[in-house]
Amino acid sequence: MPIQLAIVSYRYPGTPRPVLVNMDLAIAAGEVVGVAGANESGKSTLCLVASGLAPGVVGGRLEGSVSIDGATTASLKPFELAQRCGILFQNSATQLSGTTRSVWEEIAFGPRNLGLAVGEVVERVEHALASLAIQALAERDPQRLSGGQAQLVALAAVLALRPPYLVLDEPTSQLDPQGTRLVGDALAALAAERGTGILLVEHKTDLLARLAGRVIVLDAGTVALEGAVADVLSDAALHALGVEPPSAVVLQRAVADAGLTLDAGALAAAVGAVGAGADVRVDR
Amino acid sequence: MARNRHDGRRGGTDLSGRLVAREATAAARVPEYVTRAPTGLYVGLNPTTKFVIALVEAAFAFLVRGWTGPLLVLAIVLATAVATHVTRRMIPYVLATLPLVVSIMLVNTFFYPGAHDPIGSIGPFTATWTGLVAALQATLRVVAFALSVAVFSLTTATDDLLSDLERRGLGRRGEFVIGAAVRTVPRMIERAGEIVDAQRARGLDTQGGPIRRIRGLLPLTGPMISSALGEVEERTLALEARAFTAPGRRTEIRRLPDTGAQRLLRWGSVLAVAAVVGATIAGVISLP
Repeated sequence: MPIQLAIVSYRYPGTPRPVLVNMDLAIAAGEVVGVAGANESGKSTLCLVASGLAPGVVGGRLEGSVSIDGATTASLKPFELAQRCGILFQNSATQLSGTTRSVWEEIAFGPRNLGLAVGEVVERVEHALASLAIQALAERDPQRLSGGQAQLVALAAVLALRPPYLVLDEPTSQLDPQGTRLVGDALAALAAERGTGILLVEHKTDLLARLAGRVIVLDAGTVALEGAVADVLSDAALHALGVEPPSAVVLQRAVADAGLTLDAGALAAAVGAVGAGADVRVDR
Repeated sequence: MARNRHDGRRGGTDLSGRLVAREATAAARVPEYVTRAPTGLYVGLNPTTKFVIALVEAAFAFLVRGWTGPLLVLAIVLATAVATHVTRRMIPYVLATLPLVVSIMLVNTFFYPGAHDPIGSIGPFTATWTGLVAALQATLRVVAFALSVAVFSLTTATDDLLSDLERRGLGRRGEFVIGAAVRTVPRMIERAGEIVDAQRARGLDTQGGPIRRIRGLLPLTGPMISSALGEVEERTLALEARAFTAPGRRTEIRRLPDTGAQRLLRWGSVLAVAAVVGATIAGVISLP
Protein backbone atom coordinates (compact mmCIF):
# COMPACT_ATOMS: atom_id res chain seq x y z
CA MET A 1 0.00 0.00 0.00
CA PRO A 2 1.38 3.42 -0.88
CA ILE A 3 1.44 6.78 0.80
CA GLN A 4 -1.97 8.05 -0.18
CA LEU A 5 -3.28 11.59 0.06
CA ALA A 6 -6.98 11.73 -0.74
CA ILE A 7 -8.58 15.14 -1.34
CA VAL A 8 -6.30 16.71 1.25
CA SER A 9 -6.55 20.31 2.28
CA TYR A 10 -4.42 21.63 5.11
CA ARG A 11 -3.99 24.88 6.93
CA TYR A 12 -1.54 25.78 9.67
CA PRO A 13 -2.79 26.66 13.14
CA GLY A 14 -3.95 30.24 13.43
CA THR A 15 -4.18 30.82 9.70
CA PRO A 16 -7.44 31.10 7.77
CA ARG A 17 -6.14 30.13 4.34
CA PRO A 18 -5.30 26.52 3.44
CA VAL A 19 -1.78 25.94 2.17
CA LEU A 20 -2.73 22.72 0.39
CA VAL A 21 -6.04 22.47 -1.45
CA ASN A 22 -7.75 19.25 -2.59
CA MET A 23 -4.50 17.39 -3.08
CA ASP A 24 -4.61 13.85 -4.44
CA LEU A 25 -1.35 11.98 -4.52
CA ALA A 26 -0.06 8.42 -4.24
CA ILE A 27 3.51 7.23 -3.85
CA ALA A 28 3.98 3.52 -4.41
CA ALA A 29 6.80 1.33 -3.14
CA GLY A 30 9.90 1.78 -5.26
CA GLU A 31 8.48 4.85 -6.97
CA VAL A 32 10.14 8.27 -7.01
CA VAL A 33 7.66 11.11 -7.31
CA GLY A 34 9.20 14.51 -7.96
CA VAL A 35 7.70 17.75 -6.69
CA ALA A 36 8.57 21.13 -8.10
CA GLY A 37 7.10 24.58 -7.74
CA ALA A 38 7.88 28.16 -6.91
CA ASN A 39 8.52 29.38 -3.36
CA GLU A 40 5.38 29.39 -1.20
CA SER A 41 3.67 26.92 -3.52
CA GLY A 42 3.18 24.41 -0.68
CA LYS A 43 6.05 21.98 -1.27
CA SER A 44 7.38 21.90 2.31
CA THR A 45 3.85 21.72 3.68
CA LEU A 46 3.18 18.77 1.40
CA CYS A 47 6.24 17.09 2.93
CA LEU A 48 4.95 17.63 6.46
CA VAL A 49 1.49 16.37 5.57
CA ALA A 50 2.69 13.34 3.61
CA SER A 51 4.99 12.31 6.46
CA GLY A 52 2.21 12.71 9.03
CA LEU A 53 3.98 15.42 11.04
CA ALA A 54 1.22 17.83 10.03
CA PRO A 55 -1.17 18.03 11.67
CA GLY A 56 0.04 15.34 14.12
CA VAL A 57 2.95 17.31 15.58
CA VAL A 58 2.66 20.68 13.86
CA GLY A 59 -1.04 21.15 14.57
CA GLY A 60 -3.43 22.81 12.17
CA ARG A 61 -6.43 21.41 10.38
CA LEU A 62 -6.45 18.64 7.81
CA GLU A 63 -9.37 17.73 5.60
CA GLY A 64 -9.35 14.55 3.58
CA SER A 65 -7.14 11.65 4.58
CA VAL A 66 -3.47 10.72 4.54
CA SER A 67 -2.47 7.10 4.96
CA ILE A 68 0.80 5.21 4.93
CA ASP A 69 0.64 1.51 4.21
CA GLY A 70 -3.08 1.55 4.87
CA ALA A 71 -2.93 3.25 8.29
CA THR A 72 -4.09 6.83 8.52
CA THR A 73 -1.37 9.13 9.80
CA ALA A 74 -3.78 10.41 12.45
CA SER A 75 -3.87 6.93 13.98
CA LEU A 76 -0.08 6.63 14.25
CA LYS A 77 2.17 8.01 16.96
CA PRO A 78 5.18 10.08 15.85
CA PHE A 79 7.67 7.29 16.52
CA GLU A 80 5.51 4.88 14.50
CA LEU A 81 5.36 7.40 11.67
CA ALA A 82 9.14 7.74 11.82
CA GLN A 83 9.51 4.04 11.10
CA ARG A 84 7.14 4.20 8.14
CA CYS A 85 8.11 7.47 6.54
CA GLY A 86 11.41 9.28 7.00
CA ILE A 87 11.54 12.99 6.37
CA LEU A 88 14.45 15.27 5.57
CA PHE A 89 13.81 18.95 6.22
CA GLN A 90 15.14 21.87 4.25
CA ASN A 91 17.28 23.10 7.12
CA SER A 92 19.67 20.27 7.86
CA ALA A 93 21.29 22.14 10.77
CA THR A 94 18.17 21.80 12.90
CA GLN A 95 17.62 18.22 11.77
CA LEU A 96 20.71 17.17 13.68
CA SER A 97 20.13 16.42 17.34
CA GLY A 98 22.80 18.79 18.65
CA THR A 99 23.64 16.36 21.43
CA THR A 100 26.17 14.05 19.84
CA ARG A 101 29.91 14.52 19.54
CA SER A 102 30.51 12.55 16.36
CA VAL A 103 28.72 12.07 13.06
CA TRP A 104 28.68 8.33 13.75
CA GLU A 105 26.66 8.89 16.91
CA GLU A 106 24.43 11.40 15.14
CA ILE A 107 23.47 8.83 12.53
CA ALA A 108 22.99 6.24 15.26
CA PHE A 109 20.61 8.59 17.11
CA GLY A 110 17.43 7.34 15.37
CA PRO A 111 18.20 3.61 15.45
CA ARG A 112 19.18 3.95 19.11
CA ASN A 113 15.87 5.63 19.86
CA LEU A 114 14.18 2.52 18.48
CA GLY A 115 16.16 0.37 20.92
CA LEU A 116 17.63 -1.79 18.16
CA ALA A 117 20.33 -4.31 18.97
CA VAL A 118 23.85 -2.87 18.96
CA GLY A 119 24.81 -4.94 15.93
CA GLU A 120 21.92 -3.60 13.93
CA VAL A 121 22.69 -0.03 14.94
CA VAL A 122 26.29 -0.49 13.82
CA GLU A 123 25.26 -2.08 10.53
CA ARG A 124 22.76 0.67 9.77
CA VAL A 125 25.18 3.46 10.57
CA GLU A 126 27.95 1.92 8.48
CA HIS A 127 25.58 1.34 5.57
CA ALA A 128 24.19 4.88 5.72
CA LEU A 129 27.71 6.34 5.81
CA ALA A 130 28.78 4.19 2.89
CA SER A 131 25.70 4.88 0.77
CA LEU A 132 26.50 8.60 0.79
CA ALA A 133 30.28 8.07 0.79
CA ILE A 134 30.75 10.09 3.96
CA GLN A 135 32.76 7.61 6.00
CA ALA A 136 35.47 10.25 6.29
CA LEU A 137 33.08 12.44 8.28
CA ALA A 138 32.22 9.74 10.81
CA GLU A 139 34.51 11.03 13.54
CA ARG A 140 33.76 14.72 12.99
CA ASP A 141 31.74 16.91 15.35
CA PRO A 142 28.30 17.37 13.73
CA GLN A 143 28.27 20.98 14.88
CA ARG A 144 31.39 21.71 12.87
CA LEU A 145 30.28 20.58 9.43
CA SER A 146 29.78 22.68 6.34
CA GLY A 147 26.22 23.16 5.09
CA GLY A 148 26.62 20.49 2.42
CA GLN A 149 28.22 18.03 4.81
CA ALA A 150 25.47 18.60 7.37
CA GLN A 151 22.89 17.94 4.66
CA LEU A 152 24.52 14.62 3.79
CA VAL A 153 24.74 13.65 7.45
CA ALA A 154 21.09 14.57 8.01
CA LEU A 155 20.11 12.43 5.03
CA ALA A 156 22.26 9.56 6.29
CA ALA A 157 20.51 9.85 9.65
CA VAL A 158 17.14 9.49 7.91
CA LEU A 159 18.35 6.55 5.83
CA ALA A 160 19.56 4.79 8.99
CA LEU A 161 15.96 4.56 10.18
CA ARG A 162 15.23 2.53 7.03
CA PRO A 163 11.65 3.60 6.55
CA PRO A 164 9.81 2.16 3.53
CA TYR A 165 9.00 5.70 2.40
CA LEU A 166 11.07 8.85 2.28
CA VAL A 167 9.95 12.46 2.01
CA LEU A 168 12.87 14.68 1.08
CA ASP A 169 12.56 18.45 1.06
CA GLU A 170 15.33 19.74 -1.20
CA PRO A 171 17.94 17.21 -0.11
CA THR A 172 20.62 18.67 -2.37
CA SER A 173 20.03 22.38 -1.88
CA GLN A 174 23.46 22.91 -0.29
CA LEU A 175 25.38 20.33 -2.28
CA ASP A 176 27.87 20.75 -5.07
CA PRO A 177 27.40 18.79 -8.32
CA GLN A 178 29.38 15.83 -7.01
CA GLY A 179 27.36 15.71 -3.80
CA THR A 180 24.15 16.00 -5.80
CA ARG A 181 25.20 13.05 -7.96
CA LEU A 182 26.02 11.05 -4.84
CA VAL A 183 22.62 11.70 -3.34
CA GLY A 184 21.00 10.88 -6.68
CA ASP A 185 22.84 7.56 -6.83
CA ALA A 186 21.89 6.72 -3.26
CA LEU A 187 18.22 7.52 -3.80
CA ALA A 188 18.09 5.61 -7.08
CA ALA A 189 19.59 2.59 -5.35
CA LEU A 190 17.12 2.86 -2.47
CA ALA A 191 14.16 2.92 -4.83
CA ALA A 192 15.46 0.15 -7.07
CA GLU A 193 17.02 -2.20 -4.52
CA ARG A 194 15.01 -1.65 -1.35
CA GLY A 195 11.76 -0.62 -2.99
CA THR A 196 11.69 2.63 -1.04
CA GLY A 197 8.96 5.02 -2.16
CA ILE A 198 10.33 8.56 -2.38
CA LEU A 199 8.65 11.94 -2.52
CA LEU A 200 11.40 14.24 -3.72
CA VAL A 201 10.99 18.01 -3.57
CA GLU A 202 13.65 19.63 -5.73
CA HIS A 203 14.38 22.83 -7.57
CA LYS A 204 17.09 20.99 -9.51
CA THR A 205 14.96 19.63 -12.31
CA ASP A 206 17.94 17.81 -13.80
CA LEU A 207 17.93 15.63 -10.70
CA LEU A 208 14.17 15.13 -10.94
CA ALA A 209 14.57 14.20 -14.58
CA ARG A 210 17.12 11.62 -13.62
CA LEU A 211 15.33 10.06 -10.65
CA ALA A 212 11.60 10.58 -10.83
CA GLY A 213 9.07 8.53 -12.72
CA ARG A 214 6.34 11.07 -12.16
CA VAL A 215 6.49 14.76 -11.38
CA ILE A 216 3.93 17.13 -9.95
CA VAL A 217 4.25 20.89 -10.06
CA LEU A 218 2.54 22.84 -7.32
CA ASP A 219 1.08 26.29 -7.59
CA ALA A 220 -0.62 28.00 -4.65
CA GLY A 221 -1.21 24.69 -2.89
CA THR A 222 -2.77 22.90 -5.83
CA VAL A 223 -1.40 20.52 -8.44
CA ALA A 224 -0.83 22.61 -11.56
CA LEU A 225 0.91 19.93 -13.61
CA GLU A 226 1.17 16.20 -13.11
CA GLY A 227 2.38 13.36 -15.26
CA ALA A 228 5.35 11.45 -16.58
CA VAL A 229 8.65 13.17 -15.94
CA ALA A 230 9.44 13.78 -19.63
CA ASP A 231 6.04 15.32 -20.26
CA VAL A 232 5.89 17.59 -17.23
CA LEU A 233 9.46 18.82 -17.38
CA SER A 234 9.13 19.75 -21.04
CA ASP A 235 5.76 21.43 -20.57
CA ALA A 236 5.68 24.98 -21.91
CA ALA A 237 3.88 26.18 -18.77
CA LEU A 238 6.73 25.12 -16.49
CA HIS A 239 8.60 28.41 -16.57
CA ALA A 240 5.47 30.40 -15.73
CA LEU A 241 5.05 28.20 -12.64
CA GLY A 242 8.45 29.26 -11.35
CA VAL A 243 10.28 26.08 -12.36
CA GLU A 244 13.35 26.02 -14.53
CA PRO A 245 13.23 23.19 -17.09
CA PRO A 246 16.04 20.63 -17.08
CA SER A 247 19.10 21.39 -19.16
CA ALA A 248 18.11 18.91 -21.88
CA VAL A 249 14.85 20.78 -22.45
CA VAL A 250 16.66 24.11 -22.43
CA LEU A 251 19.07 22.67 -24.99
CA GLN A 252 16.24 21.41 -27.14
CA ARG A 253 14.61 24.83 -27.16
CA ALA A 254 17.88 26.55 -27.92
CA VAL A 255 18.48 24.17 -30.80
CA ALA A 256 14.95 24.74 -32.09
CA ASP A 257 15.36 28.51 -31.82
CA ALA A 258 18.47 28.16 -33.94
CA GLY A 259 16.46 26.37 -36.60
CA LEU A 260 17.98 22.99 -35.92
CA THR A 261 16.27 19.71 -34.96
CA LEU A 262 17.09 17.13 -32.33
CA ASP A 263 16.54 13.42 -32.60
CA ALA A 264 13.29 12.84 -30.66
CA GLY A 265 14.33 9.48 -29.23
CA ALA A 266 17.64 10.81 -28.01
CA LEU A 267 15.90 13.79 -26.47
CA ALA A 268 13.44 11.62 -24.56
CA ALA A 269 16.34 9.57 -23.28
CA ALA A 270 18.19 12.73 -22.33
CA VAL A 271 15.23 14.17 -20.42
CA GLY A 272 14.98 10.92 -18.53
CA ALA A 273 18.67 10.63 -17.93
CA VAL A 274 20.07 14.10 -17.58
CA GLY A 275 23.20 14.05 -15.54
CA ALA A 276 24.15 10.66 -16.88
CA GLY A 277 25.60 12.30 -19.97
CA ALA A 278 23.12 11.01 -22.55
CA ASP A 279 24.09 11.54 -26.17
CA VAL A 280 21.81 13.78 -28.18
CA ARG A 281 22.16 13.83 -31.94
CA VAL A 282 21.65 17.16 -33.67
CA ASP A 283 20.48 17.14 -37.29
CA ARG A 284 21.10 20.19 -39.40
CA MET B 1 12.83 -5.74 14.03
CA ALA B 2 15.46 -6.66 16.57
CA ARG B 3 14.97 -4.96 19.90
CA ASN B 4 17.64 -3.99 22.33
CA ARG B 5 18.39 -6.90 24.61
CA HIS B 6 18.63 -4.53 27.53
CA ASP B 7 15.10 -3.17 27.30
CA GLY B 8 13.88 -5.02 30.33
CA ARG B 9 17.00 -4.48 32.33
CA ARG B 10 16.89 -2.54 35.54
CA GLY B 11 19.25 0.43 35.58
CA GLY B 12 22.73 0.00 36.98
CA THR B 13 23.28 -3.67 36.16
CA ASP B 14 26.53 -4.73 34.56
CA LEU B 15 26.32 -4.94 30.79
CA SER B 16 29.44 -7.03 30.31
CA GLY B 17 27.98 -9.83 32.38
CA ARG B 18 24.79 -9.89 30.34
CA LEU B 19 25.89 -9.45 26.78
CA VAL B 20 25.73 -12.57 24.68
CA ALA B 21 28.67 -13.26 22.43
CA ARG B 22 26.98 -11.87 19.34
CA GLU B 23 26.14 -8.63 21.04
CA ALA B 24 29.64 -8.38 22.44
CA THR B 25 31.03 -8.80 18.94
CA ALA B 26 28.66 -6.15 17.63
CA ALA B 27 29.56 -3.80 20.46
CA ALA B 28 33.20 -4.26 19.55
CA ARG B 29 32.40 -2.90 16.08
CA VAL B 30 31.34 0.44 17.54
CA PRO B 31 34.26 2.75 16.67
CA GLU B 32 36.81 3.53 19.33
CA TYR B 33 36.14 7.27 19.06
CA VAL B 34 32.60 6.54 20.22
CA THR B 35 33.37 4.09 22.99
CA ARG B 36 36.60 5.58 24.31
CA ALA B 37 36.64 6.12 28.04
CA PRO B 38 38.63 8.84 29.75
CA THR B 39 41.88 7.69 31.30
CA GLY B 40 44.27 8.92 33.95
CA LEU B 41 44.31 9.61 37.64
CA TYR B 42 40.88 10.78 38.84
CA VAL B 43 39.90 11.70 35.26
CA GLY B 44 39.45 7.98 34.56
CA LEU B 45 36.95 7.53 37.35
CA ASN B 46 33.37 6.84 36.38
CA PRO B 47 31.57 10.21 35.81
CA THR B 48 28.96 9.38 38.41
CA THR B 49 31.71 8.73 40.96
CA LYS B 50 33.18 12.16 40.25
CA PHE B 51 29.71 13.69 40.38
CA VAL B 52 29.05 12.13 43.79
CA ILE B 53 32.45 13.24 45.05
CA ALA B 54 31.68 16.84 43.99
CA LEU B 55 28.31 16.70 45.74
CA VAL B 56 29.85 15.20 48.88
CA GLU B 57 32.55 17.87 48.92
CA ALA B 58 29.95 20.61 48.58
CA ALA B 59 27.83 19.11 51.33
CA PHE B 60 30.84 18.73 53.63
CA ALA B 61 31.98 22.31 53.02
CA PHE B 62 28.57 23.78 53.76
CA LEU B 63 27.17 21.47 56.43
CA VAL B 64 30.18 20.93 58.69
CA ARG B 65 30.38 24.13 60.67
CA GLY B 66 33.52 26.03 61.64
CA TRP B 67 36.81 25.88 59.72
CA THR B 68 37.12 22.13 59.36
CA GLY B 69 34.51 21.63 56.61
CA PRO B 70 35.66 24.22 54.07
CA LEU B 71 39.39 23.86 54.77
CA LEU B 72 39.34 20.08 54.46
CA VAL B 73 37.38 20.29 51.21
CA LEU B 74 39.71 22.97 49.85
CA ALA B 75 42.70 20.79 50.62
CA ILE B 76 41.16 17.77 48.88
CA VAL B 77 40.03 19.80 45.87
CA LEU B 78 43.39 21.51 45.44
CA ALA B 79 45.23 18.20 45.74
CA THR B 80 42.94 16.73 43.08
CA ALA B 81 43.43 19.76 40.86
CA VAL B 82 47.22 19.49 41.10
CA ALA B 83 47.11 15.76 40.40
CA THR B 84 44.91 16.24 37.35
CA HIS B 85 46.77 19.33 36.05
CA VAL B 86 43.68 21.56 35.95
CA THR B 87 44.84 24.15 38.48
CA ARG B 88 45.29 26.99 35.98
CA ARG B 89 41.98 26.29 34.30
CA MET B 90 40.22 26.73 37.65
CA ILE B 91 41.00 30.45 37.72
CA PRO B 92 37.80 31.50 35.87
CA TYR B 93 35.75 29.56 38.41
CA VAL B 94 37.44 31.42 41.25
CA LEU B 95 36.92 34.74 39.48
CA ALA B 96 33.24 33.89 39.02
CA THR B 97 32.84 33.78 42.80
CA LEU B 98 34.30 37.27 43.26
CA PRO B 99 31.03 39.26 43.29
CA LEU B 100 29.53 36.86 45.80
CA VAL B 101 32.70 36.79 47.93
CA VAL B 102 32.91 40.60 48.02
CA SER B 103 29.30 40.90 49.13
CA ILE B 104 29.72 38.16 51.74
CA MET B 105 32.81 39.86 53.14
CA LEU B 106 31.22 43.31 53.31
CA VAL B 107 27.85 42.26 54.70
CA ASN B 108 29.24 39.91 57.35
CA THR B 109 32.16 42.07 58.41
CA PHE B 110 30.11 45.25 58.80
CA PHE B 111 26.60 44.05 59.53
CA TYR B 112 26.96 40.80 61.47
CA PRO B 113 23.97 40.73 63.82
CA GLY B 114 24.76 40.91 67.54
CA ALA B 115 28.54 41.34 67.09
CA HIS B 116 30.14 43.75 69.56
CA ASP B 117 33.91 43.26 69.05
CA PRO B 118 34.88 46.11 66.75
CA ILE B 119 37.98 46.09 64.58
CA GLY B 120 37.49 49.64 63.34
CA SER B 121 35.04 51.93 61.60
CA ILE B 122 34.63 53.38 58.14
CA GLY B 123 32.25 56.32 58.46
CA PRO B 124 29.09 55.04 60.12
CA PHE B 125 29.96 51.38 59.49
CA THR B 126 31.82 49.28 62.07
CA ALA B 127 33.67 46.09 61.21
CA THR B 128 33.64 43.35 63.83
CA TRP B 129 35.91 40.39 64.55
CA THR B 130 32.93 38.04 64.79
CA GLY B 131 31.66 39.26 61.47
CA LEU B 132 35.07 38.92 59.83
CA VAL B 133 35.45 35.31 61.02
CA ALA B 134 31.96 34.47 59.73
CA ALA B 135 32.76 36.19 56.44
CA LEU B 136 36.00 34.25 55.99
CA GLN B 137 34.31 30.93 56.77
CA ALA B 138 31.47 31.67 54.37
CA THR B 139 33.96 32.73 51.71
CA LEU B 140 35.93 29.52 52.14
CA ARG B 141 32.71 27.52 51.75
CA VAL B 142 31.80 29.33 48.54
CA VAL B 143 35.29 28.95 47.10
CA ALA B 144 35.47 25.29 48.14
CA PHE B 145 32.13 24.68 46.45
CA ALA B 146 33.18 26.53 43.28
CA LEU B 147 36.44 24.63 43.09
CA SER B 148 34.79 21.27 43.62
CA VAL B 149 32.48 22.12 40.71
CA ALA B 150 35.51 23.26 38.71
CA VAL B 151 37.45 20.06 39.28
CA PHE B 152 34.42 18.00 38.37
CA SER B 153 33.60 19.89 35.18
CA LEU B 154 37.23 20.13 34.08
CA THR B 155 37.80 16.42 34.46
CA THR B 156 34.46 15.16 33.14
CA ALA B 157 33.04 15.50 29.63
CA THR B 158 29.34 16.34 29.61
CA ASP B 159 28.69 13.49 27.18
CA ASP B 160 30.36 11.03 29.53
CA LEU B 161 28.24 12.11 32.48
CA LEU B 162 25.04 12.03 30.44
CA SER B 163 25.80 8.62 28.95
CA ASP B 164 26.37 7.25 32.42
CA LEU B 165 23.35 8.92 33.98
CA GLU B 166 21.14 7.72 31.13
CA ARG B 167 22.27 4.18 31.78
CA ARG B 168 21.39 4.68 35.43
CA GLY B 169 17.87 5.74 34.54
CA LEU B 170 18.02 9.47 33.77
CA GLY B 171 15.90 8.88 30.66
CA ARG B 172 16.34 10.10 27.10
CA ARG B 173 14.43 13.32 27.71
CA GLY B 174 16.57 14.28 30.67
CA GLU B 175 19.72 13.47 28.75
CA PHE B 176 18.56 15.45 25.73
CA VAL B 177 17.51 18.52 27.69
CA ILE B 178 20.80 18.74 29.56
CA GLY B 179 22.94 17.82 26.55
CA ALA B 180 21.17 20.22 24.20
CA ALA B 181 21.36 23.04 26.72
CA VAL B 182 25.07 22.53 27.29
CA ARG B 183 25.83 22.35 23.59
CA THR B 184 23.50 25.21 22.69
CA VAL B 185 25.38 27.80 24.75
CA PRO B 186 28.52 27.85 22.59
CA ARG B 187 26.35 27.74 19.46
CA MET B 188 24.36 30.74 20.69
CA ILE B 189 27.58 32.63 21.36
CA GLU B 190 28.78 31.82 17.85
CA ARG B 191 25.46 32.92 16.39
CA ALA B 192 25.59 36.16 18.35
CA GLY B 193 28.97 36.80 16.76
CA GLU B 194 27.59 36.06 13.31
CA ILE B 195 24.64 38.41 13.84
CA VAL B 196 26.93 41.14 15.18
CA ASP B 197 29.13 40.77 12.09
CA ALA B 198 26.09 40.86 9.82
CA GLN B 199 24.72 43.97 11.53
CA ARG B 200 28.14 45.63 11.46
CA ALA B 201 28.29 44.99 7.73
CA ARG B 202 25.02 46.92 7.53
CA GLY B 203 26.47 49.85 9.44
CA LEU B 204 25.42 49.10 13.03
CA ASP B 205 27.98 50.40 15.52
CA THR B 206 28.67 47.73 18.15
CA GLN B 207 32.05 49.03 19.30
CA GLY B 208 33.12 51.82 21.62
CA GLY B 209 32.21 52.49 25.25
CA PRO B 210 29.96 50.22 27.34
CA ILE B 211 26.79 52.29 26.85
CA ARG B 212 27.39 52.59 23.13
CA ARG B 213 27.95 48.83 22.93
CA ILE B 214 24.78 48.06 24.85
CA ARG B 215 22.82 50.44 22.65
CA GLY B 216 24.29 48.76 19.59
CA LEU B 217 23.61 45.25 20.80
CA LEU B 218 19.99 45.80 21.86
CA PRO B 219 18.62 45.45 18.31
CA LEU B 220 20.37 42.08 18.05
CA THR B 221 18.32 40.46 20.79
CA GLY B 222 15.25 40.28 18.52
CA PRO B 223 16.88 38.21 15.76
CA MET B 224 18.67 36.08 18.36
CA ILE B 225 15.51 35.19 20.24
CA SER B 226 13.33 34.70 17.17
CA SER B 227 15.87 32.45 15.45
CA ALA B 228 16.35 30.45 18.64
CA LEU B 229 12.59 29.95 18.99
CA GLY B 230 12.28 28.99 15.33
CA GLU B 231 15.02 26.43 15.81
CA VAL B 232 13.28 24.93 18.81
CA GLU B 233 10.17 24.27 16.71
CA GLU B 234 12.19 22.75 13.89
CA ARG B 235 14.21 20.63 16.28
CA THR B 236 11.04 19.33 17.89
CA LEU B 237 9.79 18.20 14.50
CA ALA B 238 13.15 16.66 13.69
CA LEU B 239 13.23 14.76 16.98
CA GLU B 240 9.77 13.34 16.37
CA ALA B 241 10.87 12.34 12.88
CA ARG B 242 13.78 10.45 14.43
CA ALA B 243 11.65 8.36 16.76
CA PHE B 244 12.77 10.23 19.85
CA THR B 245 9.51 9.46 21.63
CA ALA B 246 9.67 5.71 21.00
CA PRO B 247 8.98 3.70 24.15
CA GLY B 248 11.59 1.62 25.93
CA ARG B 249 15.25 2.18 26.58
CA ARG B 250 17.59 3.53 23.94
CA THR B 251 20.31 1.26 22.66
CA GLU B 252 23.41 1.54 24.76
CA ILE B 253 26.50 1.79 22.58
CA ARG B 254 28.91 3.12 25.13
CA ARG B 255 29.55 2.05 28.67
CA LEU B 256 31.99 3.85 30.88
CA PRO B 257 33.95 1.65 33.24
CA ASP B 258 32.76 1.30 36.80
CA THR B 259 34.17 -0.89 39.53
CA GLY B 260 33.14 -2.29 42.87
CA ALA B 261 35.74 -0.06 44.53
CA GLN B 262 34.12 3.01 42.99
CA ARG B 263 30.67 1.93 44.11
CA LEU B 264 32.11 1.49 47.59
CA LEU B 265 33.73 4.91 47.37
CA ARG B 266 30.43 6.54 46.35
CA TRP B 267 28.33 4.98 49.04
CA GLY B 268 31.11 5.23 51.62
CA SER B 269 31.67 8.94 51.05
CA VAL B 270 27.95 9.72 51.20
CA LEU B 271 27.52 7.76 54.41
CA ALA B 272 30.69 9.23 55.94
CA VAL B 273 29.60 12.80 55.26
CA ALA B 274 26.10 12.07 56.57
CA ALA B 275 27.63 10.60 59.74
CA VAL B 276 30.04 13.50 60.34
CA VAL B 277 27.36 16.12 59.68
CA GLY B 278 24.90 14.28 61.92
CA ALA B 279 27.49 13.89 64.67
CA THR B 280 28.50 17.55 64.62
CA ILE B 281 24.89 18.72 64.62
CA ALA B 282 24.06 16.35 67.48
CA GLY B 283 27.14 17.54 69.37
CA VAL B 284 28.67 14.06 69.51
CA ILE B 285 31.90 15.40 68.03
CA SER B 286 33.21 18.93 68.10
CA LEU B 287 35.26 20.21 65.21
CA PRO B 288 37.17 23.50 65.15
